[in-house]
Formats: sequence, C-alpha cells, structure tokens
Amino acid sequence: MSDFNIDTVENAGDTPETELPWAELGLKQDEYDRILDILGRRPTAAELAMYSVMWSEHCSYKSSKVHLRQFGDKVTEEMKKDLMVGIGENAGVTDLGEGWAVTFKIESHNHPSYVEPYQGAATGIGGIVRDIISMGARPVAVMDPLRFGDIDHPDTQRVLPGVVAGIGGYGNSLGLPNIGGEVVFDSVYQQNPLVNALAVGVLKHGDLRLANASGVGNKVVLFGARTGGDGIGGASVLASESFDDTKPSKRPAVQVGDPFAEKVLIECCLELFHNNLVEGIQDLGAAGISCATSELASNGEGGMHVELTDVLLRDHTLTPGEILMSESQERMMAVVTPENAEAFEAVLARWGVEFSWLGEVTDTGRLIIDWDGETIVDVDPRTVAHDGPVYERPYHRPAWQDELQADTFRSAEAGQGLPASAEELGEAVLDLMTSPNMADKSWITDQFDRFVGGNTALSQPDDSGVIRVDEATGLGVGLATDCNDRYAYLDPYAGAQLALAEAYRNVATAGAVPLAVSDCLNFGSPEDPEVMWQFAEAVRGLADACMELGIPVTGGNVSLYNQTAGRAIHPTPVVGVLGKFDDVSRRTPSGFQRWADGQAIYLLGTTRDELNGSEFARQRGHLGGLPPAVDLNVEKTLGEILINASRDGMIDAAHDLSEGGLAAALAEMSLRFGVGSRTSVHELCERDELDPFTALFSESQGRVLVSLPRSEELRFTDMTTARGFPALRLGVVDAESGGIEVAGPFPDGSFGIGLDELKEAWSSVIPSKFGQVNAGVTTTTTD
Amino acid sequence: MTAETPLIGDHTVPETSPLAGARIGIVTFPGTLDDRDAARAVRLGGGTPVPLWHANDALHGVDAVILPGGFSYGDYLRAGAIARFAPVMNTIVAEAGAAAGSPLPVLGICNGFQILTEAHLLPGSMIKNDHLKFTCRDQVLRVENTETAWTSQFTQDELITVPMKNQDGQYVVDDATLHALEDQGRVVFRYVGASPNGSKNDIAGVANERGNVVGLMPHPEHAVEAGYGPDDATGLREGTDGLTIFTSVVSSLTGGNA
Repeated sequence: MSDFNIDTVENAGDTPETELPWAELGLKQDEYDRILDILGRRPTAAELAMYSVMWSEHCSYKSSKVHLRQFGDKVTEEMKKDLMVGIGENAGVTDLGEGWAVTFKIESHNHPSYVEPYQGAATGIGGIVRDIISMGARPVAVMDPLRFGDIDHPDTQRVLPGVVAGIGGYGNSLGLPNIGGEVVFDSVYQQNPLVNALAVGVLKHGDLRLANASGVGNKVVLFGARTGGDGIGGASVLASESFDDTKPSKRPAVQVGDPFAEKVLIECCLELFHNNLVEGIQDLGAAGISCATSELASNGEGGMHVELTDVLLRDHTLTPGEILMSESQERMMAVVTPENAEAFEAVLARWGVEFSWLGEVTDTGRLIIDWDGETIVDVDPRTVAHDGPVYERPYHRPAWQDELQADTFRSAEAGQGLPASAEELGEAVLDLMTSPNMADKSWITDQFDRFVGGNTALSQPDDSGVIRVDEATGLGVGLATDCNDRYAYLDPYAGAQLALAEAYRNVATAGAVPLAVSDCLNFGSPEDPEVMWQFAEAVRGLADACMELGIPVTGGNVSLYNQTAGRAIHPTPVVGVLGKFDDVSRRTPSGFQRWADGQAIYLLGTTRDELNGSEFARQRGHLGGLPPAVDLNVEKTLGEILINASRDGMIDAAHDLSEGGLAAALAEMSLRFGVGSRTSVHELCERDELDPFTALFSESQGRVLVSLPRSEELRFTDMTTARGFPALRLGVVDAESGGIEVAGPFPDGSFGIGLDELKEAWSSVIPSKFGQVNAGVTTTTTD
Repeated sequence: MTAETPLIGDHTVPETSPLAGARIGIVTFPGTLDDRDAARAVRLGGGTPVPLWHANDALHGVDAVILPGGFSYGDYLRAGAIARFAPVMNTIVAEAGAAAGSPLPVLGICNGFQILTEAHLLPGSMIKNDHLKFTCRDQVLRVENTETAWTSQFTQDELITVPMKNQDGQYVVDDATLHALEDQGRVVFRYVGASPNGSKNDIAGVANERGNVVGLMPHPEHAVEAGYGPDDATGLREGTDGLTIFTSVVSSLTGGNA
C-alpha cells in the first residue's frame, strides 16, 4: 500500500549494518548508542523518529531536569495544600474552593514564531490551550508575554505584526479573552523573539482528567484534525537547536494552525468529559503521536498496540516516521472503554470532528506500532517518554560577570549629568514615557478580544488580568506575568526572584491572594557553560523564592537554544502568578478613576538609590551593576495590605512600581482614565534621603502607589502602621487639572505635564512604527 | 435565578418559567463564540434564553431569535457564507419573512449580522476593515431608529457605548440600497466619531423594512453587566448600555409588561 519500503522490526534485526540518519534528526552519538543498548538492535526508522523527538531538549528537558527538581523539592506541606495536580502533567491544577479548581500554564513558541511569525504565534496559543483542555478544564483566558528586537530593526517590522496577528487570529477565534501579558523591545531579542503564551482554565473537581492509558482492552482513538506534513521535527531540529546561517530553512518544521478546528475540539472534548466518556486523554503537541502514545502507555498499564495506517492523513505520501513525528495541530488522543465507544462517536459526529480508532491498551509493557499488520515499533514506552538522557551540563559563572556588576549606573558615564531641575525632570518623564518599552501598547492589545465570555473584570493595561469563574458568587482569579531580563542578566539568581516578586505584587495589587506559579524559562544554549550557569542560578533563585513566598510552581516550560549566530538572549525567566478572589467585583484597577477627584495618593514602601538595570539606564544605553534588592518578606506584607485594602473597599486604585519607578507609575495611573494628579516628592526625598531624580526614577522593589478616599485615610494608615510598613502621602488626584503636577526640592519650583500632550506622544510611538489602525481616530468620546 | 458558568454548552430546551417574559432562541453554530454571553444578556433583560442548534431546524416555539457573534465555520470562504445554509436558518428565514401575522424578531450580532446579510434577510455585506486589522475597542453608537422590536426602549438619537471587536466589519452596500436605507430610516445604529472600519455612511447596524430583523457589528451583549462591560463615565467596565436591546425585545414580546 505504500511507495516506500517499510523498515520493520524484523528487518532491523536482519540488517544491523544499515546506516540511519540519527545525527540529522538531532541525536548525539552517545544518545544513539544508548538507543542501540536499550533495544539490543538497531532501531527501525520509525523507532528512531520517536526517540529523536522524545529525547530532544524540548520534550525531554535533558539539560534542565537536574535543576528543575528543585521546584518539586523546595516545597512545604503548606504549599501543597491547595495543589490538586503538580508538575509533570499537562498543566498543574489548584483548588479554588467552592468545588472549583483552576489550571494554568505558560509555554514558549519562540523559534517557530521567528521562522514564521503568524503561524508560530498562532499555534503557540493552540498548543497551550490544548494542554488546559487535557486536564478536563474549560479554557477561559489567555495572556501573551512577548519580546522583540529593537523597535527600529527591520526584522522587528516582519516579526511583530505577524506575531500579533497570529495571536489574535487564533485566540480571537477560540472565544478566549486575552487579558494581559508583556511587550518588551531589546536588541538582545533580535533574530530571537520570545513568544510565550499562558492559558488558564477552570473545572469542577470531579471533571479532572489525567493523561494515562488505563484499563486493558480499552480503545485508543485519535481525533480532531487530520495528520499532515507540517511541524515534522518541530521539537527536535527547530526548538532544540540554535539558529545559524549555514543550515537550511526551517520553515517546514513550523506547524500550521486551524483555530476553527480547535474551537470545535474544545467544545467536543468538554462534552466528552461532561458525559464521562474518556478514561484518559492527551493532546498532541510537540512530537505528535510519538509523544501521545508513549506517554499515555507509560503512565497507564504500560502497554499499547496501535495500527498506524489507521491514522487519518491529509497527505498520503507521509512515511510512518513522518506520521509519528508530525506536529499537525488540533489533534487529541483518548482512551475509551469499548462500552462507551458508540456514545463517544455520537458526540464527535455532533461536533463534526473526525476520528479513527487506532488500537488498544495492553499490559505487555510494550508499545507496539504496526504498519499494515507488520510491526515497525516495539519498545518499552518508558524508555521513550521518561528514560531519556539526563545531562549534568557543565556550568560556571561567566568571567565577565564581576566586571559587569562593578560597572554601576552611578560609576558610569550614564550616571553623569542627570536631570535635576524641575524642567529637566519633566522632560525626562516625557522621554521615558515615549520610549518604546514604556509607550502605550494598545496597538497590540486592541487586536485581541478582551470581552468574549463576559467574565473579564480586568485586562491589559491593568496590573493583572482578572476573570470571574463563578457568576453566582463572583469567585475568580487574577493573573500576571513578569520578567525584567536586564535584572536577570545582571544577576540571574536575583533576577528570577525579582520576576516572581513583581508578578506576585501585580496579582496582590489587583486584590487577589497569590496561589500558584507557572514559569517559562527562556535561555540561550545549554551547551554554553555560562548560559547554563545563568539557567541554574535562575532556577535556584526562583525555587528559593517560591518557598519563601509559600506558593508552589505548578508547571511550566523550558526554552533553550534561544541564540542566533552565537549570541544568546538575556536570561529571561518569565514568571506567571495566579491569585484568587473570593469576589472579583472587589478588584482594584490600576488608574485614578474619573470620580476620584481629591482622593489621597499614597506611596507604599521604601525608595533607595537603585538605578542599575533601570529603564532610565536603558535610555542612556547603560546596563551594569547589581539589580534592585529583593526582599520577599516586604513583598508578602505589602501583598497582605493590598489584599485587605481591596477586600475592605479602602482603596480605589493601585499600581505597582516597576520599570521607570515612581515617575512611570504616576504617569500610568493618570493615563489609564485620563485623570491627573498633584503630588510632591519633598517628604519622600527627606524621609528616604534621596535627590529628586532618584526618588522619581529608582526602581526599588516592594513599592505600590494607591489612591483612596479621604474618609479611608485613617483606617488605611492605621493598617500600614500596625504592620510597620512605610506609607507616605504624596498628594491628591486632580480630575480637573488635566495634568500631572509634581513638586519637590527642585531649584525651579515644580513641573507639570499636560495629559493630552503626554497621551498623544505616549500612544503614537507604536503606531508610528507599525501603522495606524484607525486613521484619525483617537479615543471614543461620550458626547 | 441562579447564575451559572456552564462548562459545556447546554442545548436542552428549558421549561418556560412563569416569571420569564419571553423565550428567546440563541443559535449555536460550529465556531460561535458569544452564545453564552447572549444567553446571559437575555436573562439579565428578563427573558428566558433557549439554546438552538444549527443542525436542527426546530425553533421550539421561541418568540425571537438571536444569532450571536463568533467565527461560524471559521469564517472560511466568507464570514457567514456557510452558516447561512444551516438547517436552523431555513426556519428562521421563513418565520422572519412571514407575510402573515407578526414576523419573528431576529437580531444578528457581528457574525450574526454577517449571516443575516448572507441569508438576504438584511441588505448589504461586510468586508475586511479598511485598516485590515482585527480591532477591539469601546465604541460609541447613535441609535437612530427606535421603532424596531430591539430598540424600542432607547430614545431617538441616544448615544450608547458598547464593545466592538471584529476584522470584517466594514459595511458595504450599493448606492440605491444605501439611499433606500437612509430614506426609510432603516439605519438603526451609526458609529459616532471617526469611522472604526470604513463602513458606508458610518453604518453600524440596519433593519429590514418591517423592522423585525436587525443586525449590528458591535456587541451589546458585552455591555449588560456592571463590572464586565466597556468603560463609561461612572468607571471601569461599568457600561451597561447594551442591556436596553434585550429589555426592548422582552418588553415588546410581552406587550410592555416585562
């Protein structure tokens, strides 16, 4: 039935001398030797295909595994109390109370998005959403942390619009609100953009599903889209190697998405779960059928027997190896009892989803795959799925790290000639807010649907995305993702902790109680000992910090080989934190509201001289020194204050201080709803012994700006005093002035920035590079 | 009524509650996204939502029908072009166009509007936005016709804010039909401010001649509940201007006694 010769197990035994293209498939000599050892013969072409993808860095975590164990080891019983499913499954599951649970995970789709921005980003959404469905959950929202090269680099013109359109084109078609994320421009991401995607889903406790093939005699079914030739080798040759000019184009290794097929698949799967028709389920992502069969089999009774010619194809010329490796999207594999087979088929027919029964669960301990009745794969599935190579990669602290850390902002030229007069400081704030990283990102986020579902209580540009889970009670979740790669470059251990601290703070700022962490660890090549050191330090830092904050890592993803032509990205451990609201209507928005005229503005926390790695330093082209100090106890206390204040209705706005410090936070709180403020940094400079420039641009951690009615001031300051937390009244919300006015110990009075002027400049930065969406349109008006 | 977050689409027909003024069918096609939102809007408007399934031509005796937003059949071929042939559409077209008695009120939102034009219940068509991008924003509309079943509780020329989110939202129509629409007052909603998509005469929504069929591109069902709608003068996501569309139809179906 085929035009090609089938390399059967029998044939492999008879022809031990046959040369196989293991190196082209991304395997190393010692890895190939190990396969020979495991099988006691040469692998068949199909077996080689399976091992090569499943043992790839992307699927096996072979370089990162020894470090990632800390996420499982550094946990207390207390941290596990709400954890229903931990690391290792498709996504972690956390108890929300009231019979509800939530599952979330963040993943990378960096390399595909560089090769083919639209499809790469689109299928990144598709993949993470299927992970959520696999747990038995209804996906309810997505978020996208994105990092691009310099905004003026020509390749950013190719990559960014494609990535944004891909996320929108796929996510919008699934009916999932996009509630937040990040957008960062830095030349370190040139030719290596980071496209991470987070999805969150909700489920009732009883709906939880796991990926295992249990019950001997149960049937194995593949359903959803047909299998095609796209994404072959996506996990191995694309995601697990660095880019370089000498290799052929990797475009064929990028998958192509069909969001309509995915939307139908979501509804179909949820109906299957609701009717209790599947015993185990696994989505097909990286490594396709190789991954699904070997993981389902090794997590269950240990054996499976399938017939590969029963796979529905859209390209009939595919070889067995290609079918096993294909990463065609929108496919799921499930285990169904024979009694449920008919009902299963009825649900699929109702949704118009194609399926084929491939085989059954056995207790032989072997994964047997036949091609037209002849055996082409006969392996112990554990050796494919779980017993891949584990590397103790050598690592060492880079020789240049000390020099980098010694090159502080203050010691460098960047720290000379700083703005000091009111006039200079006002200009510096305007310059800061119109830099690409601080500018309005709505050109991007307006291409995403934030309303669908009717449960979005907060979305970008607020500090967290907030989604209602239960309409009756208002139970819901808040989510934030953060990472400052510049901090992580200066000190990877502290940088990872700072990423966690910021995401934790953002969730608490919105009023949610932080519960769980998912991380997406983006790094360069693990074969470079200096990159490996960055990775090891970041993981250690993150695990230690999670332990201290008392919230567990429930899952995530490692993306290595993010380097092109020998140049690695900054270490970029993106951290997502999920928090819980008893009632999302208590959420705190990040800007001064229109009716809040006259409310008091307080700064929580202490400001120190911490400008290394800051946005201001970036503007001066400087990166050196040690990043801001992280104090997790401060973050915890600050979190408690913000959560209590939100619960008791004391505050009406809160915004964390991060990139750009107090200056950026003041500007952003006014830009949010176009409501101005009058503040003074006199007392701040005096209390924290700062010059006005440092007060405005330092990026000290553990700080938040809040606004509250005057009637709540006493109650609020009583609370901060009781907790020994610094709170300083900076000024008032001024809805009439139409500007941001800042007084301080300046030689020339105070400075004011007109909100109209600021908004115009701030919101035109991105459109001026990528084109106006609505020519001539500014904002909606109400008259 | 207890609120719920249904984990899967519930397509059973509910018992008619004596408290519910009107039973309003909401069609789910493969790829429909805003069906649960539309059902919530009907509930908040006082009516009883009744799920209708694309492959079934039965309307279960509903008093009105909503075709919600989404990407039916992935918008493949052309937005609404495939959904228009669904069995349920045959019944809807027949009942909405019935010459005798009072014809079935039908509202098409976004993709639903596109389906109604493909089904020739409404004139014109939607093409890609003039800027070629998907755009999601709070949009101000002027209500220019308060005679339809879906707009009777608005005041003439009332300004409302509802979310808009689409890629194929540019309304186009031939000049003769455009003149007829304007002359007969069949432009129901018009964009205020600069055009978000290049639509002819800034048209956001139109009605058929009898006023029982209305289609619009923006999403009133996303502006029905304070805290989850568009921003308005009272604060973040507080806008509920869209609710009047649903109270209007419930009111008109129950003789103003809803």
